[in-house]
Parts: sequence; structure tokens; C-alpha cells
Amino acid sequence: MSETLELLASAPFWVAVLRIATPLILGTLGVLLCERAGVLNLGIEGIMVAGAFAGWVAVYQGASLWAGVGVAALTGAAFGLLHAALTVSLGLSQHVSGLGITLLATSLASYAYRVSFPKVDSPPTIQPFAPLAGWPIPVLNAQTALTVLALLLVPLVAWLLMRTPLGLAWRMVGENPAAAEGQGLNVAALRYGAVMAGSALMGVAGAFLTLSAFNAFYFNMVNGRGWVCVALVVFASWRPGKALLGALLFAFFDALQLRLQQTGGGAFGLELPYQLYLMLPYAMAIVALVLVARRAAYPQALMKPYRKGER
Amino acid sequence: MRLERRDRPSRLALLAAPLAAVAVTLALSSLLVAWAGAPVGRAYALLIEGGFGSRFALTETLTRATPLILTGLSAALAFRARLYNIGIEGQLYAGAIAAVAVGGLHGGSGFAAPAPLLFALMIGAAMAAGALLLLGPALLKSRFGVDEVVTTLLLNFIVLLAVSALLDGPMKDPTAMGWPQSVALQDSLQLDKLVPRSRVHTGLLAALALSAALWALLRFTTLGFEIRAVGSGARAAAFAGMPVAATAVKVALLSGALAGLAGAVEVAGRTGYVTLDMSPGYGMSGVVIAMLAMLNPLAVVAAAVFVAGMLVGADSMSRAVAVPTYIADVIVAIALIGMLVATLLTQYRIRR
Repeated sequence: MSETLELLASAPFWVAVLRIATPLILGTLGVLLCERAGVLNLGIEGIMVAGAFAGWVAVYQGASLWAGVGVAALTGAAFGLLHAALTVSLGLSQHVSGLGITLLATSLASYAYRVSFPKVDSPPTIQPFAPLAGWPIPVLNAQTALTVLALLLVPLVAWLLMRTPLGLAWRMVGENPAAAEGQGLNVAALRYGAVMAGSALMGVAGAFLTLSAFNAFYFNMVNGRGWVCVALVVFASWRPGKALLGALLFAFFDALQLRLQQTGGGAFGLELPYQLYLMLPYAMAIVALVLVARRAAYPQALMKPYRKGER
Repeated sequence: MRLERRDRPSRLALLAAPLAAVAVTLALSSLLVAWAGAPVGRAYALLIEGGFGSRFALTETLTRATPLILTGLSAALAFRARLYNIGIEGQLYAGAIAAVAVGGLHGGSGFAAPAPLLFALMIGAAMAAGALLLLGPALLKSRFGVDEVVTTLLLNFIVLLAVSALLDGPMKDPTAMGWPQSVALQDSLQLDKLVPRSRVHTGLLAALALSAALWALLRFTTLGFEIRAVGSGARAAAFAGMPVAATAVKVALLSGALAGLAGAVEVAGRTGYVTLDMSPGYGMSGVVIAMLAMLNPLAVVAAAVFVAGMLVGADSMSRAVAVPTYIADVIVAIALIGMLVATLLTQYRIRR
């Protein structure tokens, strides 16, 4: 027990929590933006892979780190444009289109990686973002600028959604597109914008993995983080503040399982297979979904294509 | 631009849609092939030849298509009732593990039972394992309104980790030199070869029979009618007095069972034991195949053979020209999106 307390008091543990949380914060904000405007985006898993690859390859070719982040955001926005075209303009199933985007983005990234680096045994590396060592705040000074960016984006997205005309319009097309149309709003354009902006955030979430958390691109590096973000948005009842909380909570369990693996589960005095610890975060995501599902206030028009004059 | 519903889609358009989708797919993918620096014509010729062009290619494609037909049917059935089962991969592994638990453990001989009974037990256990795995998310959806897409997706990771733990522990093959591999299924439970000197096994016949059976179920039975009614609108179906929740449970059990069966068939027909890489994404491919087939169980067979042919053909093509095997995944993904758009255009026309 005392070991567990010791762990919770240690700075490196919380450094790990914040690092693990960063891509989840970015991804969850991305999903949140799309869904607030009424579009489910299951493309996130693949968009994160594509963002991770595109951002990394840009830096590898000599671009600056921030240019790499920009490339990842543009890559995300491009897949967002495709998803919006399929779901908003053509009104296709948002579930199926999103899965299609995930397959397309993942396979394109893998293909592009193999074409660019046909014969490498160990993945080529770049010089990633450095920690903000000069900062006077503990835990935060072990993070990189991308983590700070993610933390700043939380109030920014909240302000954008809740306090600006654009945010109001986005929420309106996600709740009642017919009424929004009656107010003279362009439903399709607003949804395109939200999906592209959200997908850009997903791209940056992926780029965090290759430009900050690691320094190379691996095929399975996203490993379900995108799906976790989709769960976190429901857990957060579509609120940016709660999304941050959810991402931190999930990262807490992920960091905890990593530590328990290292100590062989000593904290509980039991020898358990390490896979059990790896399951913990995924299981927590499902439990969280079940707990909040009953009172989840889904955006009313989520997953409903809007066609003028059609009911 | 807006879409206007066609009064009735023409038969010609319904036939032309898949062909147009495939043509667009090949045209777009050729840009990627050219980017890799390979001659496009030769690469495509090698792709088709490697997938369908010889006895070896055909038998390999059919071997690969067998689990894909089953996962495709699993997805098609569930999607028909708007139960978005994306957990097929996990259900497949659960089925494979259950099959080996019945037919491989206990000193390598399985339970002490006559072979035909043991075989039936093995298949039953695999189907039950897959069905139970999907029952949870289906009940969570109908009771608590939890989105099944996310729960089934997350369950895939949990199941794979559980399989990994089992392969390290109670089901580990002690003779496998440390490879994470389960004990083998006993010999009498292995499926017979369908074609001599090939890997095609009788599981293919089972998959074909199930495709016809599922088509008949959807077309001629009360359950099939209920599934189609729920799929075209749960509220309307409930208003018409349909047992919506009960139908969803039945669909979940059937869809999960098909996925579990895919796992058992792979173990009994091809691998003989469970490894962590026995399925290179058959679950997600099943979803794609179902969509390519427009959720029609008979068309699932054709779509599965197409996808299997691309995967097998890409393997052999990449050995000859410098095009990475991932081209098969790209082709399948573009085909999926192309097919979605083509299907839509058979039902709607675009008006200015």
C-alpha cells in the first residue's frame, strides 16, 4: 500500500500521465468538434496514423518540427474533407465512411512509408521536440511544447464552442440543422468546417507520437488510441473541460498499469500476467461508457445526414 | 448541389455500380503504383496473375477467402439490423481459443470423446464464445444505450491481450521453443483438404453453405423479416409490434457465432493451433467485404474472393516488382469508398 502512495507522490509518474494524456486530449477535442456539429468521425484511428507519418516524414525531409505539426494538421484536414464529402454532401453512413477513412489513411501511411524506406531494418529517427527544461513548473517542465499546446487548446475550444457565433452555429447544426437552416446558416459548410478542423486536431494528435513521445514512425504506434478518444467524448458529455479530465483519468490508469508491470504487480502483492495490466485502460474506457451512457446527452442530430427538404 | 431520390434504381445501374467502383479503384491505385516506380500495366498483370492466374494462385485465394466469407457474413448480418459489430476480430480469436480448449488441451487429445462428438463440441464452443462476446455489447446497447461500435472496438484489444496471456500461460505449447503458440488441435479434428496438393479445406464448403443459408434466412423467414424491418427503422418496427430488442439479441448471437466459427475453421483447416498473428485483420476485412457486397450474403462470397485475391496477388506481385504489399489494403479501402458512392448513386441522382 505504501508503495502505491509513494508512486502517486512521485513526479515521474505524473510526468508520464501528462505525456500519455497529450494525444488523447488532442484527439478527443477533435472528435468533440466533429460530433458537436453532428458528424461522427471514426476516421480518427487512421487519421492519427496518417498524421504521425506525415508530420514525421516532413521533419525527416528537413522541415522544422512546427512545420511537421502543420503538415500533420493539413493531412488530417484533407482526410476530414473526404469524410465530410462522403457524409455531409452524399449523406453516407457516418459509421461506415469513418471506418473506410481509417482503413484508407492507415494503409496509405503504411504504403507511403514502405515506398519511401524500402529497405530499412530499424526505423529512421529524427530529433524530436525537447522538454521545456527552463520552465519553473514541475511536471510541466518535463513535457514538450506540444503538451502545452494541447492543454491550451482545451479552454480555447471551450471558448470557441460556447462563447463565439461560430461555436453557436456549430452546435446548432449538430442539434437542429433544419432550424439552423431557417436562421440562414449554411449547414453543409459549417459541418465541413467542423469536421476538417476536428480532423486536423486528430492529425496533430498522431504527430505528437512521432515528433514528441518517440522519434520514429512505427506501424502500430496508434494502437487503439483513436477509438479510446471516441469513448472519451461520450464520457465527457461533449464538453472540452470534461474531455481533459477523461483523458487524464485514462492516462492515469495507463501510467499505473505501466508501473505495475515493471514492479510485477507488487503493489497488490499478486503475480499477474502483464497482459492483465495492459487491458486495464481499455476496460476502464468501457466501464466509463456504461456509467455515463444513461444520461449521455448526445447531440441530437449526430449521425443524421441533413438533406434539404427531406425528412 | 443536392441529391434527389430515384423512384426505382435500374437493374443495369445496380450491376454497373460494382464494376464502376472497381474501375475507379484500379485507376486511382495505379497512381500509387506509378509513384513506387513500377510499370503499372505489368504490376496489375502480376497482381491479377498472382491472385487468380494459376492453380496455386486460385487455391491460395480460396484458402484466404474461407475465413473472409465467414467474417463478411458476420458483418453483413449484423449491419442489416444496424448492429455495428466491429468486434469480429476479437470474436474470431475467442472462437479459435475455444476450439483449441475443447479439441487440443487435456494432454493434446482434447476431451475424451469420440471424434465426431468432439468435433461438434469444438464447433459449438467456438460459436458460443463468439456469440457471447457480442452479446455483451448488444445488451449494453439495448439496455443502457451504449454505442456498440466503441465497445466492440475496445473489446478487440482486450480479447487479443487475453489470448496473449493464454498463449503465455495455460494454453502454451511447451514444444514451441518459446514462440507464443497454443497447443495443437488433435489430428482427428483437422478439416480435410478439398483439393489435393493445396491448402483449400472443407471449411470453404461450410462457408458457401452458410452464405446460402443466411440469404434464405433473410429472405424467407420471420426472423429475416424482423431483421430487415429493424434495420430499416427500429422505431417504426417497434410501432408495428416487432420484438426489436429480442431481434437485436438474436442477430448478435448469430453474428458473433459466425465470427467465432471463422476462428475455429482457421484453426481446424489451416493453422492447427492459435497464434497472435493467425488473423491479419480478417475482422475488419469482413466489415469491408460486407459493405462491398451491399450486405447481401450471396454477394459476400464474391467480395471475399475479390479481397482474398488482392491480398494473395499483392504478396506475389511485391516479390517481382518494387510495390509494397500494402497496396492490397489501399485497393480494398478505395474500393470500399468507391462502392459506397456507387451504391448511393444507384439510389439518388445529383441535381444542381
